[in-house]
This record gives sequence, C-alpha cells and structure tokens, in this order.
Amino acid sequence: MSFNNRLYFQRRLVNVINLSISMFTVVVALFFLGWILYTLFLNGFHGISAATFTKMTPPPGSAGGLVNAIMGSLLMVSIATLIGTPVGILAGTYLAEFGQTGWLAPATRFINDILLSAPSIVIGLFVYELAVHSVGHFSAWAGALALALIVLPVVVRTTENMLQLVPSSLREAAAALGAPQWKVVMMISYKAARAGIMTGVLLAIARVFGETAPLLFTALNNQFWSTNMEGPMSSLAVIIFQFAMSPYKDWHDLAWSGALLITLFVLGLNILARSMFKNTSSN
Amino acid sequence: MNVAQSTLDQVVLVEQTKPPGDTDKGALWDSIFRNTTKFFAFLVFCLLFGIMLTLFYGSLPALKTFGFSFITSDAWNPVTVQFGAKVPIVGTLVTSAIAMLIGIPLSFGIALFITELSPKWLKRPLGIAVELLAGVPSIIYGMWGLFVFAPFFADNIQPWVNDNMGNLPGIGFLFQGPPMGIGMLTAGLILAIMVIPFIASVMRDVFEIVPAMHKESAYGLGATTWEVVWKVVLPYTKIGVVGGIMLGLGRALGETMAVTFVIGNAHDISTSLMMPGNTISSALANEFTEAVGDVYTSSLITLGLLLFVITFIVLACSKLLLIKLAQKEGKQS
Repeated sequence: MSFNNRLYFQRRLVNVINLSISMFTVVVALFFLGWILYTLFLNGFHGISAATFTKMTPPPGSAGGLVNAIMGSLLMVSIATLIGTPVGILAGTYLAEFGQTGWLAPATRFINDILLSAPSIVIGLFVYELAVHSVGHFSAWAGALALALIVLPVVVRTTENMLQLVPSSLREAAAALGAPQWKVVMMISYKAARAGIMTGVLLAIARVFGETAPLLFTALNNQFWSTNMEGPMSSLAVIIFQFAMSPYKDWHDLAWSGALLITLFVLGLNILARSMFKNTSSN
Repeated sequence: MNVAQSTLDQVVLVEQTKPPGDTDKGALWDSIFRNTTKFFAFLVFCLLFGIMLTLFYGSLPALKTFGFSFITSDAWNPVTVQFGAKVPIVGTLVTSAIAMLIGIPLSFGIALFITELSPKWLKRPLGIAVELLAGVPSIIYGMWGLFVFAPFFADNIQPWVNDNMGNLPGIGFLFQGPPMGIGMLTAGLILAIMVIPFIASVMRDVFEIVPAMHKESAYGLGATTWEVVWKVVLPYTKIGVVGGIMLGLGRALGETMAVTFVIGNAHDISTSLMMPGNTISSALANEFTEAVGDVYTSSLITLGLLLFVITFIVLACSKLLLIKLAQKEGKQS
C-alpha cells in the first residue's frame, strides 16, 4: 500500500513539474514579445516627430526623416497588393469552387503551401534574375513584383479556406434558381466570404510591409525622393537595415524610429484583420 | 468533416455543371470564368518550377567553373574567384539545429498550456500574442538582436556559459570562445524565438483534433493531465507534430534578416558556437549587391538554389505529414 502511495505521489509530482514547465514556456514567450516591444518604444518613440514624415533620409551627421522610405514602401506595397490580390483570389477560387476533380487543384494547393513558407530571399533572387539582370538595372517595379509573389500565396490560401466555409446549401439554392456557376461564385460565394478574403489581403499586406530580403536585390535603395518606378527606390525596411548596420549614432536613432513605425503598422494591421474577421464570423 | 464537405461539394458540382438550361450564353460565361480561374491556378503551380529553373539557369556559370565540388569546398575568396558552399551550408544547418533544440520544447509547452491548461478567457489573448510574435517583421528581431540581445548575452550569459559549460566533457568545446555577443549561438537563439509561433500554432491545432472521448477515457482511468498529453494526445497527433516541426525548420533555414544582423558574417567553420559564422541567406543578403563578376554572382545564386532545394524538401515533407494526419482524422470521424 505504501508502495502504491509512493507511485501515486511520484506521478502527481511529475504532472505538477511538467505543467509548471509548460506555464513557464508561455511566460518565456510573452517575456520576449514584451522585451522586443519595450525596446522598440524605448528607442524609437523619442525620435518620431514631424520631421520623420517630412524630411528625406539624411547623410550621416545631419538631421532628417524617413519620408522617401515611407513613400517607397507604401508605393511598392500598394502595387504588390494590386498585382497579387486579383491573381490570388482567382487562383483560390479555382481551388475552392472548381478543384474537386483533376490533378491541378491538389498539386497547386501543395505548391502554394510551400511557397507560403519559402525563403523570401530566394524570391528576391528569382525576381533579380527575371526583372533586374535581364533589364540591366534595379527598379521599383522589380521590388513590387517580388513583394507581389509573397502576397500571392497568402491570398490564395485564405481565399480558398474562406470559400470552403461558405455553406454548400447557399450555392445549391442559387443553382436551383437557375443561376449559372459564374454567377453563383460571383454573387453568392464571394459575398458570403468577403470579410474572410479581406482579412487575408490585410494579413498579406502586413506580411510584405516588413519584408526586407526580397527588396535588397530588386528595388535596392535610394537616399533621395523618388517615385520613378523604373529606378531604384528606398523602402522603410531596407533603410532600417542600412542604417542599423552603419556605425553612426543618428542613423541608429532613425532606424529605431523606422522600426517602431513598421512594427506598429504591421501589428495594428494584424489585430485589425483578426478582429474584423471575428466580428463578421460571429454575427 | 472535411471529407463530408468535399463529397457534398462534389454532389453540388455535378448538379451545377449541368448547363442551367435556358441559354448557351450562360454556359459560355461559365467556361470563360472557370478557365480564367484555372489559368491563374496554373500560374501559381508553375511559379515554383519557374523559380527553380531560373535559379538553375543563373547558377550555371558557377557550376561550370567548379562542378559539384562547389558544395563540398570551403573556399570563399572573391579575389582569386574561388567559391564553395560548405561554410554557409554548415552555418545554416547549425543555426537551425540550435533553433529547433530550443524552439521545439518551448512550442510544445505553449501548445500544451493553450489546449489543456489555459482557462477559456485566456486562450484567445494568448493565441493573439503568439500570432503577434509571428507578425513582428524579421528585421525587427535582427535589430533587437544586434543592439539589445547580443550585448546582454555577451555581458551576462556567455561568461557563465563559458565557465560552466565550457568544461563539459565531449561538448565543452562548443561553448568556449570570446563573449562577443554575436555568433552562431545568438543567431540560433533568436531563430528559436522566431519559429515558436509557427510550431506552437500547428501543435495547438493538431492537439485540438484529438477526440474528447480518448482523453476522457484516460482521465477516467485516473491518468494525470501530463500522462494524458504524453501518452494519448501526443501519440495520436505525432504525425502532425512532426509536420509542425518541419514547418518551423523550413522557416528557420530560410530566415534572412534576423540572422544577418547577429551572425557576424565570417567565412569560417569554427568548432565553437560562440564564434561568428555565416548562413546561406546571410551571405546572400550581405554580399549579393556587392558581388562583381559572373562567377561571384552565380556562386551566390547557386547558394540560393541550394537553400531553395533544402527548404523545398523540408516543407514538402511537412506538408505530406500534415495531409496524412488530416486523412487519418477523416477516416476516424
């Protein structure tokens, strides 16, 4: 009997220890998230002023802002979204609405999931070969194209998932009224899945806004104001990389401000997307 | 449930593909719409092969010059135009291995807490926090690593590691070295934090598919929570757990910016993890725009191709395992 008690006690002890470790791991993860955000605010907040949004990136040793980098990021991310979203939605539609037969849908689904996690620097290399090497100069178009290739799989994935959540009875009802399939998809499926698809697009924008690696060899960088899509263009992420790796104190400060801006934008977009989806799906 | 859904869809599809009757115009639009979507799906399908072929084409000059010894050579000299992939490949594998060693137990603990221990009101905020960890751009991890974590690591942790783990028999040499802050170990630690959200969220999702009946049976026999997780939940979901780990590994292998900041960019293989090194992605990020000459550029593209092939294999395995788990789940429910 005492032996059994000991075994029981031992099992309880193992249980308590392991569950405590589990709680501890959560604390560790939250601690690192908190540490990173705290550092960002501590170093980045005091540097943000009107000048950040009105002045160009400065040479080392003088004051300046980030306006050309912010503009470049917004421009390239917008174009990337404009290219990636329609292509992604149409491909996702095929997977969800027409993909029940044939080999293409399962194969594409598989490849899309791999593209979703593919190293973004490789996408940068691909676009370099495609749109920089062949043309002979770096361009913002190439940067936007690289970002579009990162937007694409995110949109394909969410579009497919969201369309599959639409109850088949809705489609059946429309079909029973004599609607052809394109009308069923356009007017029933898309409408029902609209909020979910929008969430996917927002998440995709959040993802590419902070991407640095694919822009390094495509859009390169630019210390000056430029809206010329044919030439190199600066972006917030690449400027942060350049400034943070430099030995200059005032460049570091600007990099921290830029980092705070990027993080606030990306995390804000993340939270917005998720709360939007939650609201519509619970109603 | 997925299987039921898709058979239902198939029934609907059969019904829908019958022309709606009245006009040929409806059928025409149908086929236009269907083929447009099919075209774009095909485009996504081709993208992967396009990337592989393009990178292969770009790597031809290097492969012609060095042949397959490129992979095993540890040379990296832009002046004499001698290049080899061994150092970055080893660096990539070592940093990812460190990330996995630390990241897997942490992710498991988090997934266990969220699925089994957390009170209901805490589940959603915790899920969001983990997703925020995934949402923080990698360049932010890099900056934080370089300016905050590396100095902290050098001042507080590395001396301790040197003193206490440097003398361990067998593996002590891994932990000997100057406390510089940057290096393979730091890169691996930051990668570990970065892969947590990916592994933990897959683990959480697969833990949640375990039928309540299985768990309740074990509890009914008097099992503790830990025993239920270790002996019921984990065996049931092991394929999915491995799939999640592979997904995290795929991310760690290809991660660029965070590693570039803290790895130190040194083209050496050192026995110590405290020393700076190089990974495929950091070599690309640091050197590609400065590379002059066809062979130099092409060598870097070959590195990119190798990275893509390695991550492709890892991610494909991950995906296949997760599909297998979903099928098993479909059969049982």
